[in-house]
Amino acid sequence: MAETVIKVENVSKLYKLGYVGSGTFRDDVKYYFDKLRGKKSEAELIAETNDREHKGTSEYVWALKDINFEVKRGEIWGVIGKNGAGKSTLLKILSKITSPTEGSVKYKGRIASLLEVGTGFHGELTGRENIYLNGAVLGMTKSEIKSKFDEIVDFAGVERYVDTPVKRYSSGMTVRLGFAVAAHLEPEILIVDEVLAVGDAEFQKKAIGKMQDISAGGGRTVLFVSHNMASVRKICNKGLLMRNGKVAMIDEVERVVDNYLSSEAKQVFKQEWELKNAPGNDFVKVKKVEVCATNNSALENFDVKTPLEISIEFYNNYAASDKVYTSLHLYSQEGLCLFDIGSEIKSMKNGIVKSTLHIPANFLNDGSYFINFNILDADGPKLLFSLNECLAFDITDARHDDLSYFAKWGGVIRPTFLSFTTEQVIGNAAN
Amino acid sequence: MPDQNEWTEVISPKTSLLDLKLAELWKYRDLIIIFARRDIIASYKQTILGPLWFFIQPIITSLLFTVVFGNIAGISTEGINSFLFFLASQICWSYFSSSLNGNANIFVSNAGIFGKVYFPRLAAPIATTLSNFFRLIIQLALFLAIYLYFYFIKKDVSIQPNWQLILVPYLLLLMTFLGLGLGIIVSSLTTKYRDFSNLMGFGVTLLMYASAVIYPVSFLPEKYQYYIRFNPIAAVMESFRYAFFGQGSYNISDLVYTTIFAMVVFFGGLIVFNRIEKNFMDTV
Repeated sequence: MAETVIKVENVSKLYKLGYVGSGTFRDDVKYYFDKLRGKKSEAELIAETNDREHKGTSEYVWALKDINFEVKRGEIWGVIGKNGAGKSTLLKILSKITSPTEGSVKYKGRIASLLEVGTGFHGELTGRENIYLNGAVLGMTKSEIKSKFDEIVDFAGVERYVDTPVKRYSSGMTVRLGFAVAAHLEPEILIVDEVLAVGDAEFQKKAIGKMQDISAGGGRTVLFVSHNMASVRKICNKGLLMRNGKVAMIDEVERVVDNYLSSEAKQVFKQEWELKNAPGNDFVKVKKVEVCATNNSALENFDVKTPLEISIEFYNNYAASDKVYTSLHLYSQEGLCLFDIGSEIKSMKNGIVKSTLHIPANFLNDGSYFINFNILDADGPKLLFSLNECLAFDITDARHDDLSYFAKWGGVIRPTFLSFTTEQVIGNAAN
Repeated sequence: MPDQNEWTEVISPKTSLLDLKLAELWKYRDLIIIFARRDIIASYKQTILGPLWFFIQPIITSLLFTVVFGNIAGISTEGINSFLFFLASQICWSYFSSSLNGNANIFVSNAGIFGKVYFPRLAAPIATTLSNFFRLIIQLALFLAIYLYFYFIKKDVSIQPNWQLILVPYLLLLMTFLGLGLGIIVSSLTTKYRDFSNLMGFGVTLLMYASAVIYPVSFLPEKYQYYIRFNPIAAVMESFRYAFFGQGSYNISDLVYTTIFAMVVFFGGLIVFNRIEKNFMDTV
């Protein structure tokens, strides 16, 4: 059995909300007085759980409450959760930036944390001077940095600019230099925040490769905090899900990520109404709207490779029933309309009508989407009824395993079925 | 199974007030040196005159003091060449004041880096003090050159170097303790209450007028001469000038008082700083 290298016991962290101001001094005095008498301070008693979606009454909040876990040597943990779930606070406690209000964290071995790339860089100093500065900030000694200096410069690809002040670097170069220094740290335990979401594709590949090397060689332990489920799945083997300042789940990474995606996302796959309270009017009433994976209606995690079916069923009571058609608007989460597509116009009788849209696999990019339906009379056309934001779903990323590009894929859609051909126009004479 | 009790490090809310983690600080000595170098180098990057600014600043200030306080206000410098008098005062005082100002801002100016990575926080004020000390050494060399010129070439009889010169390193050590100690006390308080940064804005200038920098203690009326003894900086200034010029109301009991004061401030500062550094990110 592998040795435990990080042991987190009953860690809690109390934060005071609101301003630090003239009232603070009085509160501080009271807090220390309570502590001196050995009792729990009033603040700790009235503090509430960390849930930013509900406005609480207390001005004290437990950003973390009773966190317990043990990490074994060589494990790579992915720490995930919504914004404000306490990931960053946990990270700050683990990396000694702030101390817990209660509980303890125990380590075995040298620990380094990487919450930012290029911490402490000074614009006026040259690349060379900054390598030493940043290395020392991260805990390396001067001789360690010296022995790895060439490797660092080489990894960052900045040989030419090593004696130029960093303020003249492009932002990409600065990031590369920062990561290069960090990548050459050799700690036994490494804590990494989402620092990989920077740099170009080539650099990302290098960075991921380096992360994997770190864990593969020498049984080092890594804690990786990220919002990017694709990279968490790829790099980590264990997952820790945080929710409202508490540990919600610790398990194999796949299970934790699945749990997170299905529980945290606010998706609406299906809505169905009784006739008496169905949305609509005298012309039409909506019976049912649904989005599901083609051939697998039980699937709840759509990824970019899932073909989808979006359908609407409605009661058609309109006099000119043969002129009725539906238009479907697909919106991205940011409110951009990706398309507005009308259903075919078929002479339908009064009664229940169903229109279905098929979205092929590999067409939408990963992201969150919602849908509006309009029901119209083709003469005009005239709007009969519209039902807005009635369906919402997320599409997660899925990439080839051999692809080491982890940044958000560009574009609103990702139509990989488009043909993008390459041909030799003029060849080398030797061929 | 290996011994699970041998933890390299344990993080918990409570630590002893006196646990200054000096061993850890020693491990980070390279960082301290690099920080100090950064401060020095960054201050003259992209300047034409470069490190010459270390000389220009005290000379111009002293010339200005000579004109304003010496010639216009007519402050007596006890027969000492007034430029030399102000140069000595100015160099000694600015070591203290820049050390105090630098350290008073240490948490706020380093919030970005402190919030992202751990290292013994004490490394930052020590490095700031070190870089100021480096500047002091350079400026002191300048002062000595001018001083020796006046003594040997111009044969200025008002200059009477004496055995007290051996106390100069000790006086500078006192200044170091005072600047560092007061600085980290103010910076610790500033993390939570910004009132202190307002105070510092004009407080240091006011302190200069109350510390016998631009006048000798003998220039003061009798009753003020009594009160100024409670200002530990004034005692250092007076003793510093006495060592070089042989003039001034130098008094051993003042130095004893200053020493005690400096020690209390220094160790008090360390304790306060140590207490604050663990959670300052929550309030800064």
